[in-house]
Amino acid sequence: MKLQANEPEGPLAEKWQKHQANIKLVNPSNKRKYEIIVVGSGLAGSGAAATFGEMGYNVKCFTYHDSPRRAHSIAAQGGINAAKNYQNDGDSIQRLYHDTIKGGDFRAREANVYRLAEVSVKIIDHCAALGVPFAREYGGLLANRSFGGAQVSRTFYARGQTGQQLLLGAYSALSRQIGLGTVEMHPHEEMLDLVLVDGHAKGIITRNKETGKITSHAADAVVLATGGYGNVYNLSTYARNSNATAIWRAHRKGALFANPCFTQIHPTCIPVSGDYQSKLTLMSESLRNDGRIWVPKKVGDKRAPQDIPEDERDYYLERKYPSFGNLAPRDISSRAAKQVCDEGRGVGPTGLGVYLDFSDAIKRLGEDTIRERYGNLFDIYHEITGESAYQSPMRIFPAVHYTMGGLWVDYNLMSNIPGLFVLGEANFSDHGANRLGASALMQGLADGFFVIPYTIGNYLAECRDKRATVGHSAFKDAEENVNSITKKLLNTRGRHPVSHFHRELGKIMWDHCGMARTKEGLEEGITKIQKLRKEFWQDVNVPGDNEEYNQALEKAGRVADYMELGELMCRDALERDESCGCHFREEHQTEDAEALRNDEDFAYVAAWEFKGVDDTPVMHKEELKYKETKMATRNYK
Amino acid sequence: MALTGLILVLFVIGHLIGNLQIFAEPEVINQYAHFLHSLGPLLWLVRAFLLITVILHVWMAVLLVIENRKARPQGYEGEHTHRASYASRTMQYIGIIVLAFILFHLAHFTLRVTHPEYEQLRYVLQEGAYQGTEVLDVHAMMVMGFQKPLVSLFYIFAVGLLAFHLRHGFGSIFQTLGLRNKYWAGTIEKTTITFAVAYFLLNAAIPLSVMSGVVDNENVNSIGESAEVLTLPEDASSESTE
Amino acid sequence: MNVTLKVWRQKNADEAGYFETLEARNLNPDMSFLEMLDVVNNELEADNKMPVAFDHDCREGICGTCSLTINGQPHGPGEGVASCQVYMRSFKDGDTITIEPFRAKPFPVIRDLVVDRTAFDKIIQSGGFVTVRTGSAPDANAIPIPKETADLAMDAAACIGCGACVAACKNASAMLFVAAKASQLNMLPQGKAEKDTRVLKMVATMDEAGFGNCTNQYECSAACPKLISEDFIGQMNRDYLFASLRQKFLRRKKNA
Repeated sequence: MKLQANEPEGPLAEKWQKHQANIKLVNPSNKRKYEIIVVGSGLAGSGAAATFGEMGYNVKCFTYHDSPRRAHSIAAQGGINAAKNYQNDGDSIQRLYHDTIKGGDFRAREANVYRLAEVSVKIIDHCAALGVPFAREYGGLLANRSFGGAQVSRTFYARGQTGQQLLLGAYSALSRQIGLGTVEMHPHEEMLDLVLVDGHAKGIITRNKETGKITSHAADAVVLATGGYGNVYNLSTYARNSNATAIWRAHRKGALFANPCFTQIHPTCIPVSGDYQSKLTLMSESLRNDGRIWVPKKVGDKRAPQDIPEDERDYYLERKYPSFGNLAPRDISSRAAKQVCDEGRGVGPTGLGVYLDFSDAIKRLGEDTIRERYGNLFDIYHEITGESAYQSPMRIFPAVHYTMGGLWVDYNLMSNIPGLFVLGEANFSDHGANRLGASALMQGLADGFFVIPYTIGNYLAECRDKRATVGHSAFKDAEENVNSITKKLLNTRGRHPVSHFHRELGKIMWDHCGMARTKEGLEEGITKIQKLRKEFWQDVNVPGDNEEYNQALEKAGRVADYMELGELMCRDALERDESCGCHFREEHQTEDAEALRNDEDFAYVAAWEFKGVDDTPVMHKEELKYKETKMATRNYK
Repeated sequence: MALTGLILVLFVIGHLIGNLQIFAEPEVINQYAHFLHSLGPLLWLVRAFLLITVILHVWMAVLLVIENRKARPQGYEGEHTHRASYASRTMQYIGIIVLAFILFHLAHFTLRVTHPEYEQLRYVLQEGAYQGTEVLDVHAMMVMGFQKPLVSLFYIFAVGLLAFHLRHGFGSIFQTLGLRNKYWAGTIEKTTITFAVAYFLLNAAIPLSVMSGVVDNENVNSIGESAEVLTLPEDASSESTE
Repeated sequence: MNVTLKVWRQKNADEAGYFETLEARNLNPDMSFLEMLDVVNNELEADNKMPVAFDHDCREGICGTCSLTINGQPHGPGEGVASCQVYMRSFKDGDTITIEPFRAKPFPVIRDLVVDRTAFDKIIQSGGFVTVRTGSAPDANAIPIPKETADLAMDAAACIGCGACVAACKNASAMLFVAAKASQLNMLPQGKAEKDTRVLKMVATMDEAGFGNCTNQYECSAACPKLISEDFIGQMNRDYLFASLRQKFLRRKKNA
């Protein structure tokens, strides 16, 4: 299979404009004859569905939530980047592009990233117009902050709830279209399969969560905006219901899965406290602007933080990366935390934690200023741990936060399956091997509002005579496939609940495919996952029936998919015999324990083709050619 | 609710001011009562307007309660209240008692069907345009009524309930009409409480002063000695000062 | 610690519900309330019984999915928290805890503790937006907004749409939810053009859905996980009053 990225010709800065000018337009009176299915209602899904509706297409939007407003985009705290240069600090599209592609350790596609930086500007305009209450300065103009190690202040924010405000903005646009009747909303409907007719994506199969009813939906194109797959690790900052089922089942139908091993581990989360733990809570990275990270110098030092004198503390980020210090990129900070914990210098009851200390900042700026800046985060911390971060330092530890990998898409965001488009975190396209802070919201909105509404035109204009109806046998087959999986899950009646298997899988993934990976570890991981997968199908216990509201059944289907996806992630990590971005292979590091990239052999996108559950997948390479960007080595010293 | 409530609040304030004239010599309140009566058709117009307001207020309250009950067919096992005042939660019950009181009060003093003997209390106006006119001695009527402890207690109790009703109702008007915001919320709350308390105390002051003898009436004393008149079971405030 | 749970069970909207008593044993006080339910559910599943259905997702108090009434309090004890932010340390060993769904006619029970809140979406669909076509917006700094206004709008916008206001209201009124969105958009310059129609339509849709009426008791704000102020209800009442008057007397078209 030859992967066609379909990047437009011409200089980087002109590609998108040129492409827009060349995209085929669908005649306005014909638009209402097209049906588009959008799965997911986060930033990307809501934005796409709303804009399609506005343009005149017939849209069906699906979410497994009770309302489109619940999508997990809502939980992003810190902000959204845009190359507005409102702060007059030298920002530009070019600079945002460069930061993003460099942040991704040169494993993303040049043209996509440039386009992202380009449309970032429009996102802010649009969202402000939608009534998103961004933070403002006293003059009434928009405020910015510096975020995640950027040298310029380009992050727009709405208190610590930027994701929420942006999602609610997109949701309001979607709601308007639902009210107008251009978008038909299907809440509580979970996509369980993709339907291909003559090799084109022409519909989906859904299960209604309330009644268990399986339904076929036909359309001219299917857009997946279903988010990331970090819940493979069980414990993550993802919402509990975030899952990979939509993209995984599309993958099983032939969509290539690109760079599955690229998982971002966020450095500032609240550490695990016990076995029952269901979720890890992220503390916004902005805390690192004023907090200092340290551990005791001595191994096994169990004194209270206040009792450890200054000269016995190791401010390891400041020590190792003097110019970036506590603001070093996420993967570097996370790995450094793991390293000190591996050395036995971790803090807290489990030894898996480091201090994030605000005492200096409180001394310098006063408690009121700190309260004003981070009050809500300190409150969250207090709520969860029962400790006050004003009195003693926070304890933090890295946690799985974002997956850069996802379904492979071309420049038009179309997968290798014609008619199947993938947006936002569900695709692989923009963040390479590592995502910068405040860029996830940017990508979701860019894809949904400003890219797909144009790029879908080319496909739709060509597929006019390839319409499908639910009467086609492909829909019957897909429904049968879904029913057979459900039956299998319900009829196993084994000894363990689904959560048991999820927890076990999570442990394997965290240990073998986590912050630092090795060949042996990954191979062991694959064997363990294969074994666990067998056990799962023999020993899982799912109570109840399909024809009722059955949360255990929903979870079972998702975990069944993780059992396959987890293995693919390990395979990809094994195959990528280099370190890059968040993918750290212990075999490949510099003397200072920095990631050692291998551009000679690995400057490609690894796109995996499904061959069967127990068969080895096949990798297809999309070579990454940097025509205008010099591949530099990251150096945050 | 708020609009009718507002009208009724203004009325009870006016009513109270009228009644407080009992603390002056009988001439003052009797002049005032006669002035109101002399309005003739206009008085009846105002009375009708107030009656309609009361009816609307009650009617809307009934609708409100019905709608609100419908909105939660299945209640909670563990009922919990965060901050809703007791007054706010008993509006409909206290409202009904206050309504019953008002009906009785009207029958009693305005229409005087329960106590025709009040007609015997006469007074000749001493000053002003109506000098020399013989009128009903409202001052005496009030004093006579409140000299009975049971009557006074019932009156104080009823006014207490009404004050309690207003403790929620008064401030509520501002919120419903959109006149409340974060700058005024505190002031409105304080004013509401002050108003409710003041309303109660000033109203209660009338029977208390009569019972304690601070307010007295010669006319009552003379009749009281000669006649068998007063067997009031209960009683309340003054002449209609609508 | 151990606690006894009195949990509302109801198979679906059509069947009658009842309370079931369940024991939760060997709990860690640092567990969240939902994690406690996870543990109880695992035990039920092990016994081949249906686990207690409850809504949850982000488990960090922002998505608004969780919706438990704990001992009669929507979202349980503690100020400004969602159900997922309640921790077992708020209870005592041996406590009996009553868990019910959010109760209101427009929120029919789907199963056990899960209710259908699409009525909220319908309200937003009727007017909770600013009409702006993708790509047509002016530069974001073209319209300065005083910081105070932006901050106040943000206070209102913090609503997570969980429905605790309805659940806590003695009358099952949705005024706080509607007021939060209507006020947010009405006070921003971007939303001014549709101010009147927005408030009129949203209120009409709210009434159609069968929510109760506001009697100004402010239980809603007290139970709100984001502590959204009842002041916004006052603001909406004002907007509604003026919008109604303008519609009546200035003869604006109903659907303008």
